[in-house]
Amino acid sequence: MRYLLALPLLAASPAFAQDQMDHAGHHQHTSAPTSADPSGSSTGTPGSVSSGDAMESPEAMDHSMMNGSMDHSGMDHMQMGHGMGMTHGSAAPMPAGDIPQAPPPAEAFSGPDFAADQFVGADVMAASRMHVVREASGMPVFWLMADRAEFHAHEGKDGYTWDVQGSYGGHIDKLWFKSEGEGNFGEKPERAEVQALWSHAIGPWWDLQAGVRQDLAGPSRAHAAIGVQGLAPYLFEMDAAAFISNKGDVTARVEGELDQRITQRLILQPRAEINLAAQDIPELGIGSGVDRIEAGLRLRYEIRREFAPYMGIAQEWKVGTSADYARASGEEASVTNFVVGVRFWF
Amino acid sequence: MMSEIDRRKFLTAGAASMGTLGLMQAMPAWATGHANGTLARRGSDVLAGEHLTMTVADAAFRTGKRYGPAVTVNGTLPGPLVRLKEGQNLVVDLVNHSSGGTSVHWHGLLVPFLMDGVPGVTMAAVKPGETFRYEFPIRQSGTYWWHAHTLQEPMGHYGPIVIDPLEPDPFTWDREYVLMLSDWSPMHPMTVMKKLRTQADYFNYHRTTATDDYALSGAERRMWAKMRMSPTDIADIGGWTYTYLINGHGPDDGLELPFTPGERLRLRIINGSAMTFFNIRVPGLPMTVVAADGQNVNPVETDEFQIGVAETYDVLITPQNADAFAFVAESIDRSGMGVAMLASRPGARASVPALRKPPVLTMADMGMAMNAGAMAGMDHGAMDGMDMSGMDMGTGKGNTGSGMNMRDTARLPASVKAGPGMDMVAMHPADRMDFPGLGLDQAGHRVLTYKQLTAARTNPDLRRPSRLKEIHLTGNMERYMWSFDGQKFDAVTDKPIRFAFNERVRVRLVNDTMMVHPIHLHGHFFELVNGAPSDRQPRKHTVNVQPGGSATFDLTADTPGDWPFHCHLFYHMHQGMFQIVTVRPLQEGAGQ
Repeated sequence: MRYLLALPLLAASPAFAQDQMDHAGHHQHTSAPTSADPSGSSTGTPGSVSSGDAMESPEAMDHSMMNGSMDHSGMDHMQMGHGMGMTHGSAAPMPAGDIPQAPPPAEAFSGPDFAADQFVGADVMAASRMHVVREASGMPVFWLMADRAEFHAHEGKDGYTWDVQGSYGGHIDKLWFKSEGEGNFGEKPERAEVQALWSHAIGPWWDLQAGVRQDLAGPSRAHAAIGVQGLAPYLFEMDAAAFISNKGDVTARVEGELDQRITQRLILQPRAEINLAAQDIPELGIGSGVDRIEAGLRLRYEIRREFAPYMGIAQEWKVGTSADYARASGEEASVTNFVVGVRFWF
Repeated sequence: MMSEIDRRKFLTAGAASMGTLGLMQAMPAWATGHANGTLARRGSDVLAGEHLTMTVADAAFRTGKRYGPAVTVNGTLPGPLVRLKEGQNLVVDLVNHSSGGTSVHWHGLLVPFLMDGVPGVTMAAVKPGETFRYEFPIRQSGTYWWHAHTLQEPMGHYGPIVIDPLEPDPFTWDREYVLMLSDWSPMHPMTVMKKLRTQADYFNYHRTTATDDYALSGAERRMWAKMRMSPTDIADIGGWTYTYLINGHGPDDGLELPFTPGERLRLRIINGSAMTFFNIRVPGLPMTVVAADGQNVNPVETDEFQIGVAETYDVLITPQNADAFAFVAESIDRSGMGVAMLASRPGARASVPALRKPPVLTMADMGMAMNAGAMAGMDHGAMDGMDMSGMDMGTGKGNTGSGMNMRDTARLPASVKAGPGMDMVAMHPADRMDFPGLGLDQAGHRVLTYKQLTAARTNPDLRRPSRLKEIHLTGNMERYMWSFDGQKFDAVTDKPIRFAFNERVRVRLVNDTMMVHPIHLHGHFFELVNGAPSDRQPRKHTVNVQPGGSATFDLTADTPGDWPFHCHLFYHMHQGMFQIVTVRPLQEGAGQ
C-alpha cells in the first residue's frame, strides 16, 4: 500500500526544449523586440474593454492566444527557452501606478444576485447560504472561566475566594456573566455578587459592558453596571466598571492583571484591584474615596491551557474611612493571605 | 497513616474527575474525540476514467499516538487520487454515507460554477444519505487537488488530482510520486475553532517567555507587548496539536518512496493542510521546480521552498550517490514535520534533519518597509538585531508622540471598514514577491521566491488590465476575527466583488495583518505580477500574501458565475475571511 502512489511513467518522451514546442506558434514572435513598453500600449480608460476585445470563448483561449494583442508582449524566446536564470525578464512588468482604480463596469452589476438560485432553487440556496454565512463569519461561542477559585489561609481562619466569568456570543456582541465573592469557612460569605451584562466590542481590544449586578451577601443591593473590559498596551488585562445601586450609591472598581510567562506553562500573574466610592455607605462599611485595594501575585502551572493549579499571596487593605469602619467592627484593615487554587476554563 | 494516604488518593481522584467532567460538559459528544466508523487506511487508491464514485464516510484515524475521528472518501485518508486526461469528460457521483454535510470542490480546476462544489454559493451541502453528480469537461493539465468545502475538510476529506496533458510536458522524468501534505488532529474542527476564539495563542508553545532564547532585545519585547501582538505568531496551530502527514503517513509511519539511483523523479507536491505552510527540502539534493499550481513554469533550481496552504508545486530531483534521501516538510513554525524516505532499496534510511529554530516576526512583517517597493534591497537579517524602540523616526504622520501608530486607519482607502475586527494597518505595505517565506530569508542556501517563477507558455490574455482593484486582508488575532476590507462574510454576503465577463483587472492584495494568508480564487487562474514579462507572469490559483506586505495579480474574469474568494487557512475562512466574486452577465447555459 505504501507504493500505491508510485506511478512510474513508461516510455517517457524525449526532452522537449521550450523552442521545440511549436504548436502554439511561438516562432512567429521570436523577432519581436525584447523590451516592450507596456505603458505605450494603452488599452484605454477604465471600463472601455468592449466585448469586441474580449475573447469569444474561454475554452478557445489556450489555442488561439496568438492574436493581434500579442504585438505588445515582446519576449525573447531564445532567452526564455533556457530560462533557468530567467528571474528578471527583459520586458518590464506594467507598473500598478499606471492602472487606475475604478468601479466595475455596468455589466458587472447585471444578472441575478446569486447565480446558483435559478439552477438549484432560490429557497434551497437561501437556506444553504444562511448556514454558511453563520459558519463562515464567527459562530457564537460559549466560554466560562474561573480566573480565581482558591482557598486562603490566614491566622487559623481559612477562607475562600471565587472570581468567575463567562460569555456567549459572536465576535462583536456577547452576553457576559461575572460572579465573585469571598468568605471564611463556617461563616456567611463576606462579599458575593453576580453580574449579567451585554458586551459590545468598541475597538480592537476593548468591550463596552452594561447590565445589572446583584449583591448576594450582606444588605441586599442591586446595581446598574457599566464598564469596559479588554487588553491594554503591554498586555494588561483590564476590567473597569462603575455601579449605581438601588439606594443611589455610586461605586467603581478597576482590576488589572498581567500574565508573565516564565516558561511556556509556568506563569506569574501580578494582579491589582482598587475599589472606589463616591460617598460613605456605613451600612456596607464603605467609606468615600478609595475604599479597598487588593494586590496579589499568583504562580500557576498550565497542565493544560484550560487547567492550571496555582499558589500565591494576596494582600488586602481597607483605606481611609473604610479602614475606620473595619476597625470599629473589630476587623483588621489589612489582611495578608496565602492562597492556593486552580484557574480553569472551558 | 493508611487513612491519610487513602484520603489523599480520594482527593486526587475527585479533583481529576471533576476536571474531566467540567471539560466534557462543554463539548458535544462528537467533539470529545470519540471516533466512530472504521479505521481509515493511509494513502490513496487511484480513480481513473470518465465515471467515478466517491463515497464519504465517518471514520477513525490513527497516527503515532494520536487517534480520533476522521472523515474518509472511499475509505482512505487522503481520499483517492483522481487521475484524468486533458480533454476527457468527467462524471463523479458523490455519495454521502457520513453524518455531516459534504461536497467536493475541485481546487484549481476550470469548471462551470455550478460544479465548483461550495455549499451556500454553488450548491447546497449534500446531506447524509444523499448523492450529488458532478459533470464537467477537463480543460487543463497538471497537479491539483480536491477537498470538501465543509467542516469535513480538515478531518480528512481531501485528495490529489493529476491530469495528464494532451501535449507532452516540456521536461521528462522516469518515475513520479504524488506527495499530499496535510495536518491532522484528533480534535474536532469545531473544538479547534472554539479554542482559537477563546485564546488565540492556545495552540502555540513557541511564545516568548522570560527563559526563551529568541534573539529579541528587551526593548523589542516591550514594543511587541505594547502593540498587544506576538512576534511568535507564525502559525495559529502547531505540532503540539497536529501530526503532519504525507499521503496520510505521519513522520513515524515509515513512508518509503523507492528510486533507482540516477533516475529522474517528478514529485507532485500538494499542500492539502487546513492551517500549515511547509518548508520543503530534500537535504543533499537540488530540486528543479517545473510547475506551480498545476501550470508549467520555466525550470528553476532551488534547495528549498515554502509551500502555502492549497498550493501545488512539481519538482524534478535526481537522487544518486546515496542509498536514501529524506523528503522533509517542516511546518512554518518549526514545531513538527512530515517525512518521507526516498530509498534505493527497502529499508534504506537517510538521517532526518532536526527542526530548525522557530522564526520570529520582523519589522517587514509589520508592514514597515521604509519605502514601498524598496524591499528587494533590504537586509532582513540586519533588521532582526535592530532596536525597534527607536523606530518612530521616518514613519511619517500618524505617530503619537513617543511611539508609532500600528493602526493608523487614515492610511486606509474608504473601501475598508476599520472596526474592532482590525488590529493593525500596514504602514508601508511593500510588494513581497521576493520574500522566500517566514524563517527562510536566512536559510543559508537557495530558497524559491515568487519572483523566480515565469510561465512556460505565453499567457492566454495579453490585454493590459483596464482597472486596479485593491483588497485589504484584515484581522484581529486577539479576537480571532478575519476579513477582507474589514468586513466578514456576513457583512458582505450580498456585496460581492464584482467583475464583468472577460474583464481584465489588476488586483492588489494588501495584508494588514502579521500573518501570511494563502488567498484562493475559485474557477480561475490569475497571473502574479512578479516582475516577469507581462506575457510570462506565472499563473496561479492561490497566492501567499506575506505579512504586512502586498501581492498583485492580473485576472481575466473569463467564467461567469459566483466564485468564492477566501483565505485558505481553514479557520480564517471560518471566522470571516471569505467573500463571493461575481462574474456577470451570466451567459446562456452558464453553469451547465
